[in-house]
Amino acid sequence: MRPVRLSVVTAAATAAALAAVTGCTEKSDAKGGEHTVEVAASDSACELSKKEFPAGHVELDVENKGSKVTEVYLLFPDDRIVTERENIGPGTRQKVTAEVKAGSYTIACKPGMKGEGIRQKVTATGEGAAKRDPRLDKAVAAYRTYAQEQADQTLPKVKVFTDAVRAGDLDAAKKAYAASRIGWERTEPVAESFGDIDPKVDVREDGLEKGQDPEKDWTGWHRLERALWQDKKIGAREKQLATQLDKDLADWQQRVGKAVITPSSMANGAKELLDEVATGKVTGEEERYSHTDLVDFKANVEGAETSYVLLKPVASENDPKLTKELDKQFAALDTLLDKYRSEQGGYAFTAYDKVGKADRKELSDAVNALAEPLSKLAAAVVTKK
Amino acid sequence: MTGSNSAAGQGPEAEETGNSGKPSRRSLLGWSGAGLALGAAAGGGAVALVQDGEQAAPAAESGAAVDFHGPHQAGIATPVQDRLHFAAFDVKTGDRAEFVQLLKDWTAAAARMTAGHAVGEGAYGGLAEAPPDDTGEALGLPPSRLTLTLGFGPSLFAKFGLTDRRPKALVDLPKFPGDNLDPARGGGDLCVQACADDPQVAVHAVRNLARIGFGKVAVRWSQLGFGKTSSTTPSAQTPRNLMGFKDGTRNIAGTDTARLAEHVWARAGDGAPWMAGGSYLVARRIRMNIETWDRTSLQEQEDVFGRDKGEGAAVGKAREHEEPFLKAMKPDAHVRLAHPDSNDGATLLRRGYSFTDGTDGLGRLEAGLFFLAYQRDVRTGFIPVQRRLARADALNEYIQHVSSAVFAVPPGVREPGDWWGRTLFTADRRD
Repeated sequence: MRPVRLSVVTAAATAAALAAVTGCTEKSDAKGGEHTVEVAASDSACELSKKEFPAGHVELDVENKGSKVTEVYLLFPDDRIVTERENIGPGTRQKVTAEVKAGSYTIACKPGMKGEGIRQKVTATGEGAAKRDPRLDKAVAAYRTYAQEQADQTLPKVKVFTDAVRAGDLDAAKKAYAASRIGWERTEPVAESFGDIDPKVDVREDGLEKGQDPEKDWTGWHRLERALWQDKKIGAREKQLATQLDKDLADWQQRVGKAVITPSSMANGAKELLDEVATGKVTGEEERYSHTDLVDFKANVEGAETSYVLLKPVASENDPKLTKELDKQFAALDTLLDKYRSEQGGYAFTAYDKVGKADRKELSDAVNALAEPLSKLAAAVVTKK
Repeated sequence: MTGSNSAAGQGPEAEETGNSGKPSRRSLLGWSGAGLALGAAAGGGAVALVQDGEQAAPAAESGAAVDFHGPHQAGIATPVQDRLHFAAFDVKTGDRAEFVQLLKDWTAAAARMTAGHAVGEGAYGGLAEAPPDDTGEALGLPPSRLTLTLGFGPSLFAKFGLTDRRPKALVDLPKFPGDNLDPARGGGDLCVQACADDPQVAVHAVRNLARIGFGKVAVRWSQLGFGKTSSTTPSAQTPRNLMGFKDGTRNIAGTDTARLAEHVWARAGDGAPWMAGGSYLVARRIRMNIETWDRTSLQEQEDVFGRDKGEGAAVGKAREHEEPFLKAMKPDAHVRLAHPDSNDGATLLRRGYSFTDGTDGLGRLEAGLFFLAYQRDVRTGFIPVQRRLARADALNEYIQHVSSAVFAVPPGVREPGDWWGRTLFTADRRD
């Protein structure tokens, strides 16, 4: 999970194919190319050099001619963020790049970085990323199926958990808790790309925003986790929250199929899953009451590995050294995690509060060893080394 | 510093790049280099680097670069910089070839960073889909006399079947009375000492080496130091430690080739030929009981050290650098016990830094001295001195050694193409 306020950024990072931003280097060849849209942003206008560009790689060359700090967004028709750049100071230039399919989009400049912004409709023409390696299209399709399967398989497991909560059966609910989260944790970046579901189902207490009341506004798995392990009681509110969780996750199941998935979002998603492990699981913050962190840990790694395996045919051609290293580090981390598994192939892991400091350090080192090369997978998918 | 003059004369417009190929930290060097030459001509505080008995180009109080290459690693005899980031690593790979490759990659990155360049292809302007090679926080900063010094811990040798090459001089330190060592904060298969006049430059260097090392090595512990407590430039004032005293006034000067040869640089005939030109490093995190020390009377403080607090002169002497008369001091005075005359001539090149890692939860400063000392042989260097100190030093009431590590610091990287640790890892074992 991520704190609520980050969910928009997360959505951008995942949904945007190549939501990467280059520095302010001047590249003369970039000027005026058919893939470049010059954006002249001022305090009252957002002028575009063109409103049509070919689908595929697009670069917004933004110049802030106004007096206020501005930000620029490329948005899907439903206002999901394709890519964005914040904090563009007066008199500075920034480039924002993305990979877009054919269709309508909106470019919005937000002088003063607030409000709806000054909006212009633009169109990406043609076949989109049609020149893409067909193996990558296959990888995306296979990953989409995987994400859908995970959601489909998760719902019944969630129901076992929420039924137990509704029945007031503390022990049964505790037993079903971790398993109900596996499918979600495997594909979390996809779920997070919707922005609104993650804060409802997977937020931790410290992720609540100022002004939100934990008793009223905190929903989802971790609120129930606290009730089961810390408060040790199930009341009317918990039963209500269980039903809410079913509903919110049904929404997720409905929407997974519509998620924007690209080869680079798959690669970045794999890296993000390891980021999740590094920031939330290795520290024991994610499951602070149930201490089932290692189940999430394992699921995150499995999800990352699935993306990787699907992208490997292309990545191994472009950067064989990288895929060799990734094979090695995935295997090493899997082997290390097996040490904490009660039975092979099962999802019962040592409670994380029983994992000592030295062992946590070893896990953290193994995560770093994998995440560092994994951060280079997106580049290996799109470019030959 | 040789070769850096190529950038001299470039205008400041060159400063804004400094990413991969284009010099920026280096171009600044052109400017500071000019100032340096003036300083040297004026005979001011300019100091010289010692290079195998010859005086190399001066690197003094400025943002200049210190030459990475040479018969000895920089960061030992080099005039002590203001800031430290010291990191110890555990080796995670058992594959010798992979480890050797890491040493080569580290060497290349260290050569770039000490010259003021970003590592690899820089911090921006590369592939948009990939994280940049360099982390970027040193862009636009001068080289800041950055030195990177690599050491091998005793535990490294067994990991690569090199037990027979472990130098006898690299002993595991015995337990000294009063030691209260945290194993998680001590030891290590490897260490990197990053010293620079700008803390951000030192931290950047360690961070980028750690990043290059992921999967092969992992940071075990690290320590920041903010104020030098020793000087290897005799003309300079001895800096004060956090107790407010000058200590180590008779430190070995970086220009004193005779004492360096006698006490610091290992020789081929010392038992480990691959270490010729290298040295041995002892690192100790020494926590000070700052608050109780501050409540101690001036008389007792001066008795504990055996010096006066203002000038730093030994008991009965007027000036700091006057030779002390040890018998005038109390028998448990720090200077008396640590002096070479009390230790069969044992002499260390000290290069320690003060540290303050916030407070300890009990409202006390978590502060002290991160002691770093280089020597030709730990058995005749640190160990006898510390034995004596641990047994009787009046200072022990106010300090505690809380972490400890020892490393063999191999000889310098001689020229581009050479790499850290080559003499240890090359196939020829007869050298």
